[in-house]
Amino acid sequence: MSKHEQSHGGDKAQPNKEKPEWADGLKQLYDSVVEEPLPDSFKDLLSKLDQQS
Amino acid sequence: MSESTRTAAEKADFKKELTDVVPHLRAFARGLCGRPDMADDLVQETMLKAWAAQDRFEPGTSMRAWTFVILRNAYLTDMRRNRFRGEYDEGVAERILTAPAGQEEPLHLSDMHRALLTLPPERREALLLVGAGGFSYEEAASICGCAVGTIKSRVGRARATLSSMLEDGDIPQRAIGDARAHRAILQELDDVAAGNGVGAKI
Repeated sequence: MSKHEQSHGGDKAQPNKEKPEWADGLKQLYDSVVEEPLPDSFKDLLSKLDQQS
Repeated sequence: MSESTRTAAEKADFKKELTDVVPHLRAFARGLCGRPDMADDLVQETMLKAWAAQDRFEPGTSMRAWTFVILRNAYLTDMRRNRFRGEYDEGVAERILTAPAGQEEPLHLSDMHRALLTLPPERREALLLVGAGGFSYEEAASICGCAVGTIKSRVGRARATLSSMLEDGDIPQRAIGDARAHRAILQELDDVAAGNGVGAKI
């Protein structure tokens, strides 16, 4: 899951083509949330899922 | 709920994959709705829905794409119920992004996020999926249930708008705190959710 940059053959308009200066910032914005430690509420929810069914 | 036909091992696999995508769901949700607390509520709602619907997930396909569809639908539904109406404020928008220590230029990132939040929702989500989430245009089109050309057009317009805002330093201060702008956004969401949104406009 660490690398999402894939080449998509057949699609000429690559998402990264002609990327503006701020494009890395957008990715950083996303990655900064991805890299945040998961709050306990999520761990609690995940651990409860099994008991649900 | 429905009777699950999955074995315990399959459920364990599903749960592992679901767990792995939670950080991505949080990132996508925060980009969509701006407020971290609401974004996290949305993610938890998505996780419960995904868990309940796990029989419909095809093992081997992208869990991230599958759960993004669920999150997106939950977001649109919540927006239509006006759950987020009037909940935005500028101070929160400014604080949204506390960049981790060592990360450079947090200010630019908060500008970026503010600018992002001013985009019409369908362009914002397209740009988030392709420009931040790293999905291909095809995958993004499939997540949004629209044509590839529509996604390309939305991403292109979103990029053009952000470029002009960020490069000219002309980011609306009030972002979506402006009541009129917010109503317009909600109206657009209604159109998008009803399926006669941008696809019909472009």
